[in-house]
Amino acid sequence: MPDKPKVAFYWCASCGGCEEAVVDLAEKILDVVAAVDIVFWPVALDFKKSDVEAMEDGSILASFVNGAIRTTEQEEMALLLRRKSKVLVAFGSCAHLGGIPALANLWDREAIFDTAYRTTASTVNPEGTLPQVSLAHNGDRVHLPGFYNTVRALDQVTEVDYYIPGCAPTPNIIAGAVETLLGGDLPPAGTVLTPDIALCEDCPRLDTKPQELTIERFRRPHEVIADEGTCLLAQGLLCMGPATRSGCGHLCINGNMPCTGCFGPTSKVRDQGAKYLSAIASMLGFEDEAAIDRALDGIPDPVGTFYRYGLAGSLLRRRKMTPVDA
Amino acid sequence: MSADTNGQPRIGVYVCHCGTNIAATVDVEAVAEYAAGLPGVTVSKTYKYMCSDPGQELIKEDILANQLDRVIVAACSPSLHEATFRRATAAGGINPYYFHMVSIRELDSWVHTDIVEATAKAKDLIRAAIHRVRFHKPLERARVNVNPAVMVVGGGIAGIHAALTLANAGKKVYLVEREPSIGGHMAQFDKTFPTLDCAACILTPKMTEVGQHPNITLWTMAEVDKVDGYVGNYQVTVRHKPRFIIEEACVGCMECIEVCVFRRGKTPDEFNLGLNMRKPVYIPFPQAVPQVVVIDQDACIEFRTGRCKKTCVEVCAERNAIDFTQTETFDTVEVGAIVVATGFKTFDPRRTPSYGYGVYPNVYTAMEIERLVNASGPTEGHVTLRDGRTPETVGIVHCVGSRDVNTNEHCSRVCCMYSLKLAHLVKEKTGAEIYNFYIDIRAPGKGMEEFYNRVAEEGVHFIRGKVADVYPEAGNTGRVVLQAEDTLLGRVRKIPVDMVVLATGLEAQADADEVRRTFNITCGGGGFFMERHPKLAPVSTFTDGIFLAGCCQGPKDIPDTVAQAGAAAAEALALVDKGFVEMEPNTAYVVTEECSGCKTCIPLCPYTAISRVDGKAYINPVLCKGCGTCVAACPSGSIRQNLFEDEEIYEEILGVLANA
Ligand SMILES: Cc1cc2nc3c(=O)[nH]c(=O)nc-3n(C[C@H](O)[C@H](O)[C@H](O)COP(=O)(O)OP(=O)(O)OC[C@H]3O[C@@H](n4cnc5c(N)ncnc54)[C@H](O)[C@@H]3O)c2cc1C
Ligand code: SF4
Ligand code: SF4
Ligand code: SF4
Ligand code: SF4
Repeated sequence: MPDKPKVAFYWCASCGGCEEAVVDLAEKILDVVAAVDIVFWPVALDFKKSDVEAMEDGSILASFVNGAIRTTEQEEMALLLRRKSKVLVAFGSCAHLGGIPALANLWDREAIFDTAYRTTASTVNPEGTLPQVSLAHNGDRVHLPGFYNTVRALDQVTEVDYYIPGCAPTPNIIAGAVETLLGGDLPPAGTVLTPDIALCEDCPRLDTKPQELTIERFRRPHEVIADEGTCLLAQGLLCMGPATRSGCGHLCINGNMPCTGCFGPTSKVRDQGAKYLSAIASMLGFEDEAAIDRALDGIPDPVGTFYRYGLAGSLLRRRKMTPVDA
Repeated sequence: MSADTNGQPRIGVYVCHCGTNIAATVDVEAVAEYAAGLPGVTVSKTYKYMCSDPGQELIKEDILANQLDRVIVAACSPSLHEATFRRATAAGGINPYYFHMVSIRELDSWVHTDIVEATAKAKDLIRAAIHRVRFHKPLERARVNVNPAVMVVGGGIAGIHAALTLANAGKKVYLVEREPSIGGHMAQFDKTFPTLDCAACILTPKMTEVGQHPNITLWTMAEVDKVDGYVGNYQVTVRHKPRFIIEEACVGCMECIEVCVFRRGKTPDEFNLGLNMRKPVYIPFPQAVPQVVVIDQDACIEFRTGRCKKTCVEVCAERNAIDFTQTETFDTVEVGAIVVATGFKTFDPRRTPSYGYGVYPNVYTAMEIERLVNASGPTEGHVTLRDGRTPETVGIVHCVGSRDVNTNEHCSRVCCMYSLKLAHLVKEKTGAEIYNFYIDIRAPGKGMEEFYNRVAEEGVHFIRGKVADVYPEAGNTGRVVLQAEDTLLGRVRKIPVDMVVLATGLEAQADADEVRRTFNITCGGGGFFMERHPKLAPVSTFTDGIFLAGCCQGPKDIPDTVAQAGAAAAEALALVDKGFVEMEPNTAYVVTEECSGCKTCIPLCPYTAISRVDGKAYINPVLCKGCGTCVAACPSGSIRQNLFEDEEIYEEILGVLANA
C-alpha cells in the first residue's frame, strides 16, 4: 500500500495517556488505520529507530509526538522525526506546553535525582547510585540518555507545525485534527487545532456566572459539594475556563469539576498562568491585605494551579537556575 | 510587521540635545550614530532643540525626502512634547501614530551623572523604540460633539464669576449651590483686604445678576448626585432638597418671618455663625439670592407636631408660596463641561485646645469677627464681647490650623492679610489695642505689603511668636492671657486681652472626597482638588471637561479666586464653543469573535466603559480612557489596546534587553 500517506507516533516525557487516547478512538481508529500507513509507533508496533533513519527526509506526512522533552534521547527522536516528516504535530499538553512533567522545572536535575534515588521513603539504594550517561557494565560501556535540568515543550526543541491540545486530547479533537490534516486544506503553521476561544463561551453554566464576581475564599474541590448548575468559579472553585481554550466539550465541568486548563491559552495569550492570575486578582474585591491572604489560602499551590500544564512554555519557564543547561 | 512597511520599515531617529539638558550627560552624537546602524533605521540625526520650529521642520522634510514611515524622537517626556512631534509627523504626510517618543531626559540625563552609562541607557531605550515602532498601526482620532451647556457647582465668588462669564458668552449655565443662597464666604465679610472695599457692594450686584440672567438656571439647596457620560456629554443628576417654599411663588416680602408663631428665633443663625438666633422660617441674609425664604424642618412646629397655627401660610395668603409637602426631587441635565467651585471650610479651632476656643467665651474665630464688624451682622457692626462690653485689648493669633504639622502643613495664604484687615477694622470701631501674634507676615501680591505697612502705622502691635497657651487672667477679670515666645526679643511675653481672635486656616471641604468621587477628579495634599498641572494646566483636572475654580483647588484670596474662575470659564468655553472634541485613540477594544463572554472585564472599568452586548463584552471607545485595566485582566487575551498592543510591548521589552 505504497500510496497511503505515512504517519508516525512517538512518545517522549509523558504518562502514556496520550497513547491511550489514540486507542480510545475506538472504531474511529479503524478509519485512521485504513486511511494511513503507520510507519512508526513504538508503543504498539515493532519498528526500530533505524527504520525511521532509513526513510527519506520528508517522506512521512505527519508525525504525532506526545510528551515533553526531558532527555537527550527524546530530543534526538524529536529532531529525527522532524527531519523525516512534512508535518510535525505536538500531541497533548506535554508536547504542546510542557505539561505536568514541566512542573519539575521548579527543581533541577540534582534535586530530582536526590529525591527519586535517595530520599523517598520507598527508595532502597544503599550505594547511592544515580543515573549515569555512561558506565561500565560487565566489561562493556553502556550509554544511557542524558537527563536535562529543564523540561521543554516540543516547540522549544524543534519547529512544530500543529498542536493537538489536551491532557489527554479527546477523541473528537483527535479525529477532527486527523481529518483536517488528511483533508489537505491545511491551516497556517503554528495553529492549535481547536476553537480559538475560551471555554466559558459555550459553558452550560455561563449564565450563572455573576457579572460582579467577588471571591472571598477559594476552595479546593474536596472542600465543597459543588452545585451542579452553577458556575464553579462563582462557587469559589478555581475554574481555569476563562483562560483556557475550548474544544474539550466541557468534560470536567460536566463532571462537576473545575477546568484545570489543559487545553492551554488562546492564541492571543503568551502566558496562561500570568494572564489568569491577573484576572483572578481582579476578583478579590478587598482593600486589606489580610482578607486577600485569606482568599488566597484556598490556593496552596499557585504554580501547580495556574501553570499546571504551561510552565515550560510560559514566560517563567522554570525556577531560576544558573546556568540553564543545554 | 505592519503591512505598509513592506517588510522593512523606514525609520527616522532624532536625538535631541535639549540644550545641555540632555547633551551634557548623554553623548547624543554617539547615540545617533549607534541608532543609524540598527535595522530599519533610514536616517538618524541629532538636533539642539527638536521641539523648535526648525527641529519639527527637520522631521517633516526627512519624511518627504526619505519616504520615512516611522519617526522616533528621543528627547524629553511624552507628556511634554508627544503632541508636538505627532503633529510634525502628520505634517510630513504620514499617520501621526507612526511616531514614538523616547524619554532620555526625565528617564536618563536628569537622573544620572555618569556619561558612559547614561549614553548606554539612551541607546537601550532607543533600541526598544526601534523594535516597537514597526508594529505601530495608523490610528484615527474620533470626533464627538459637545453639548454647549456648562454646569458650575458652588455659588461662592468663584462659581458666581465663572457662571456669569459663561452666561455672558451666550452659554446656558446651570449653577448648583447647596445652601439656600449663593455668595459663599465672601457674602459674610464686611470689607475685603487689601483695598478695604465693601464686600457686599462688589458682590451683591454680581449675585443679583446671576439671579436674573436669562442664561443661568440657578439651583440653590441643590447638590450634584451623579455624573455620567464623558467630556462634552455629561449627564448630571442634581438633587434638590426641599425648601418648603415654592420659589416661583415667593416674592421675598418676608411677612411670614414676621408673623411666625416663634416670637424670637431659637435656632443658631448659620450665616452669623450662631452669634444670634433665627426663626424656623428665615432668609439667610438680607441680600440673599434668590430672595426667597426657607423653612427649617428641624425647627418648625408644623413639622414637629403637625399642629402649628401656620400664621405664615395665613399671611402668605394668595401668594400661596408655602408648601409643607415638598420632598427631595431630582433633575438630570446634559452639559458639555463642569466647573467645580465648591470652596473651602475654615479650620475648627477645637482641634487645638490650647487656644481655649469653646472654653473661654471671649475667644473667637476670625469668621465670627467678620460678622461682628459687619454693619448688617448680628450686632449691627458693634464689636462687643459676649457680655456686651467693648474690648479694650484684642489679640489676634495667626496661623491657627496652618503651617503646623499637627494640623495642616500648608499656609492658608489669606490669614495674615485678613488678620491685618480685622486688626484695622476692630481698632477703627473700638479703639482697642491690638496685638498680632504671627510666625511670619506673608504679604505677597499686589497692594499687600503696602497694606501691612499701613496697618502697622496705625499702631497695631506685632509680636513675632507662636502662641503657646491661652489661660484666664488671675483675679476674675474676664480677660485671658496670651503667652508666646517673642522670637525677636528672645523672651516669653504674656499679654492679657479682652478678646482673642483665632485666624483659622482654610481647609478642603469636609465632603471633598465624596465630591472628588462624584466628578472623578483627584485630591492632592490636604484634600484640595488636584489640578492637571500646577503651572501649565492650573484649572484643568485629569478628567477632561471638568475644571476647577477658587478655594476648592487650594487657599487663595478673592482676586486670585476671580482670576482662576475666569480662567476656568475660558477653558470650559474653549471646549464647548469648539463644538466637538477629538478623542485620543489609545483606547481598548474587544475582539468580539475571540471574547468568550466570561464577564471578567465588565466590573473592572473605572469609567464604566464596558458593557455586555449579545453575550460579548463591548467597550464604548468614547468612555474608555485607555487605563489598560481590562486589557490586563481579560483571561483570554480578547481585549487589546491601541498603542499598547502585545507585540508592541513585547518587542519593546525585547529591544531594551537585546544587549543585556
Ligand atoms: C475669615 C476670612 C476672611 C477673608 N477675607 C478676605 C478678604 O478680605 N479679601 C480676600 O481677597 N479674601 C478673603 N478671604 C478669602 C476668601 O474667602 C476666598 O478667597 C473666597 O471666598 C473663595 O471663594 P470660593 O468661591 O472659592 O469659595 P467659597 O466662598 O467657600 O464658596 C463655595 C460655595 O460653594 C458651595 N458649595 C460647597 N460645596 C458644595 C457642593 N458640594 N455642592 C454645591 N455647592 C457647594 C458653598 O455653599 C459656597 O457657597 C477670607 C477668608 C476668610 C476665611
Ligand atoms: S468559569 Fe468555568 S464553570 Fe464558570 S462559566 Fe467559565 S468554564 Fe463554566
Ligand atoms: S413665603 Fe410668602 S410670606 Fe413668606 S416671604 Fe415668601 S411670599 Fe412672603
Ligand atoms: S482600558 Fe480602562 S478605561 Fe478602557 S475600557 Fe478598559 S478598563 Fe475601561
Ligand atoms: S474578559 Fe475578555 S473574554 Fe471575558 S468578557 Fe471580557 S473581553 Fe470577553
